[in-house]
This record gives sequence, structure tokens and C-alpha cells, in this order.
Amino acid sequence: MNQPLRIAEPAPPVEPLLDLQVEGKAFGATQVLGQVQLQLQPGEIVSLLGPSGCGKSTLLRLVAQLDQDFTGVLHSRPEQIGFVFQEPRLMPWLSVAENIGFSQDQGYDRARVAGLIEEVGLDGFAAALPKALSGGMAQRVAIARGLYGQPQLLLLDEPFSAVDAFTRFKLQDLLLDLARRHRIALLVVTHDVDEALYLSDRVLVIGNRPGTVCRELRVKLDYPRDRRDERLARLRGEALEALHSARVI
Amino acid sequence: MSTSSKTLAPGVIAPAVQPSRWRRRAKGLALPVLIILLLEAVVRLGWIAAYQMPAPSEVAQTLLHLADGALWKHIGASLSRVLAGFAIGAALGLLFAAWVGLSREAEAWLEPTFASLRAIPSLAWVPLLLLWLGIGETSKVTLIAIGAFFPVYLNGVAAIRNIDRKLVEVGRMYGFSPLRLARRILLPAALPGVFTGLRSALSLSWMFLVAAELIAATRGLGYLLSDGRETSRPDLVLAAIIVLALLGKLSDGLLASLEQRWLTWRDTFDGTDTGV
Repeated sequence: MNQPLRIAEPAPPVEPLLDLQVEGKAFGATQVLGQVQLQLQPGEIVSLLGPSGCGKSTLLRLVAQLDQDFTGVLHSRPEQIGFVFQEPRLMPWLSVAENIGFSQDQGYDRARVAGLIEEVGLDGFAAALPKALSGGMAQRVAIARGLYGQPQLLLLDEPFSAVDAFTRFKLQDLLLDLARRHRIALLVVTHDVDEALYLSDRVLVIGNRPGTVCRELRVKLDYPRDRRDERLARLRGEALEALHSARVI
Repeated sequence: MSTSSKTLAPGVIAPAVQPSRWRRRAKGLALPVLIILLLEAVVRLGWIAAYQMPAPSEVAQTLLHLADGALWKHIGASLSRVLAGFAIGAALGLLFAAWVGLSREAEAWLEPTFASLRAIPSLAWVPLLLLWLGIGETSKVTLIAIGAFFPVYLNGVAAIRNIDRKLVEVGRMYGFSPLRLARRILLPAALPGVFTGLRSALSLSWMFLVAAELIAATRGLGYLLSDGRETSRPDLVLAAIIVLALLGKLSDGLLASLEQRWLTWRDTFDGTDTGV
């Protein structure tokens, strides 16, 4: 028989979508990130949870390659990555449609943009200028822009921290819906414990100065989830405990 | 869940504003009309000597008389000088503003020189320009160009340096080349500041035109001004002033309407809702 040879080195089951090994990252004399191992499988939703200034946003910028000055290795990274910033960052002189297709100048794919506008629930606003939009609507446009390049991974940096609680719930559901429909992985930076647990398959609790992953929580609940689910409440306790023992709260 | 019932009509407020726009115009006209009527009465009553302050009706007649003959020649001469000077000055201003604004290296090389040149009151150039370039068109156009250069340059550099870094980062996220970054983000974002510069440059251009023409000219509105003074004809001086005001307002209105059209996207305070 042709028995496969077992070698000591076990190969990972699937090639990870993202594999980032950070040894350290400093701004001047301040060490913001320590050792962090970040891996994402295709379609996986992962949150980085931690307080302001713990380096979670920096970690996201390393993945996006907006910052390449760190020690460590980016083993693999999907070709197409979308980014949704904390603020919508729409070009105020461009219409909603032009903003969504921003990466392709005037020759953007009209049909795809129209489809995205409908998906994020902004029908009829294609020609509107950003100044006519509310904060939540502007962030919907930003999400659509992030999806326009058909990324395998969408990075979100505290995307809903500037909108009210009800809008935030709606946008979280929209985001989960879009992630499933487009079969993309999400990496979400947040300081909202509930948001992290509601959205993610895995929550990485980031501790302070220098930032390292001090706890990994797996949320083994099916989507769509119920915000009142007791298991979420239990996980919430665990997350708070992890944050507490990391002397974050 | 349906959000499609929402409709957006950005221009829908305009019709309601229509009647009040005329009222606003009437408000703006009230003071000048009142002054004209008052002047007319005061001069007719003989409270002011007519050789010092001609009645507005007399100025109007002078204007009509001029319009029959020499006025267009003077306007043509002045207008072509202003346009040439403004075009050259503004173009150079934009060029250097873009260069200095986009490159710290260029800033280090050029900015100190421009800063010290800017400190020279522009009219101080007049004697030098006359010595170097003579009293012909070249010296006048050069003077106007110098006047137009600095507002455009200064506002242009400030506009570029005030661009939101966060918007620029969006371009970097997409891996835009420097040229594409300039075209898609930097240029449109700097446009409001550039327009401010262009408009103040245009009004300075008219000012420097008059300065240049007062000193040495045989044609132009500034020549009309000095001619009126030399022949003791205040009506001529006033007529020239009125034409200058109209031309200045007209040319600024042209830029303002361009600004209005290109910068509708701005979300700025327009003076309403202050409670004042």
C-alpha cells in the first residue's frame, strides 16, 4: 500500500488567507507591538479587541501595508484587500457612486457600483454628494467602496465607533450579511466587547504596551446571532476578565 | 426593510428661495441708490461746487459721451493688460505652489526666496521695471503679473498643505502613483484654496493695472483717470472709476460663478442660522 509518510512537521489544513508574524513594532522609543501571530482562514471573521493605544490599529495598518516599518514577516496576504477606516473618508467632491468606484477613476464598473449601492441600502443616492449623507449612510458608502475591489479580506478600523447605537446594530448586521454574500474574511478592530463577540468567529484580546494577544476567545455560535443570547453574555464575562487580567480595565 | 422610499433632491430648496432673492437684491441696492439721489440733490442745490463734485447725472452723460468714442479703446487696452498679467502671474503662481506644496525639497530651496520677495511692496518694482523694460506694454504686464503671482502662490501652497492626510491615505491604500494621487485627491481637495487665491489675485491685478497706467500710459482707464485730473474734470475721473468698478465686479463674478459650479460639494457655513 502506498501509505503517506508521516513527517514530524504537520502541514496546516488549509493555506491561511493571511499570515502575519510580528516580532515588534515601535514608533521612535515607544514599543507599540510585541510578538503577535495573526492568521486568518478564508471567510473567517476575527476581531482585535483592546483599549485605545494598544496597537490594534497599528496591527491593521501592517496588514494593509500602509505601514511596512516593523520587524517580522508577512508570510501571506490576499491579493485584494479592502479597508474601511474609522471615519468614512469619502471624497467630498465625488458623488456616492464615484466614491464607491474611486479606485478606478472615471472608468469604474457602473453595474457593480449600482449593485453595491443597492446592497448597502442606499438606492436613489448614487448621485448624492457626501455632504447630503448622515454618518451612518456615509459609512455604508465606505463599506461599499471597500467591497468594490472584490477583496478576499476586508479590514475595518473601529468602523462603527462614530455612529449611534441603533445605527451600529444595523450596520453590524449589514456587514455580516455582506461578508457572507461576498464570501470574504473580516478583520475588525474594535474596543466594543459586544461588537467583537457579535461579529466574530474569533476574538483576539490585545493587551497593553507593548500590544500582544493575551487571550483568544472562540465564538462557536451560528449566524445570524441573537444579541440576547446567554452564551454571548457568558463570553462577554470571559472577555472582560481577560481585559481585566491584562490590566486594561 | 426598504430604504428605497427615501428620495434625495439636493436642489429642491431653490424655488422657495426665489422671492427672497429679489428682496435681498433690493436690500443691496438701497444704499447706493440713496447715495446717488442725495448727491444729485446736494449738487443741484449748490451746496457742493460742481467743479469739485459733478452731479451723478452729469457723470452719466460723460459716460454716455465716452461710450460713443474713446471708452472702448481704453477698456480694450486695460482689459488686455489685466488678462495677460493675471494669466501669466496666476499660471506661474499655480506652478510654483504645486511644486513647493508637494515637495519638501522644493520648499527648502524656494520658499525662503519667495518669502523675502513677498516682503517687497509690489509697487516698489515700478521704477525698476520702467528702467529695465521701458514704458511699453511689457513693464505694465510684468507688474500685474507680479501682483497676481503671490496671492495665487501663497493660497495654493496653504491649500495643498491643508489637505486632510486621511484622504491622502485612501489613495495610498489603493497604491496610487504620485501623478494619480495629485489628479484624484490633491488637486480637487486644494481647489477651494486655489480659488480664493485666484480671486484675490484678480482684484490685485486691477489695482496694479491702475498703478501702472497712472504712471505712464497713453491709453487705458488709468490714463483716463490721470487725464481727468490734469484737465480738472472730476466727471471724467468718476466715469473711469465707475467703469473700473464694473469691470472688476464683472471679472470677479465670472470667477465666482466658476467657483460656485466647481465647488458645489463644499459643506460650508453660509451665514444663515446664526440668529444675527
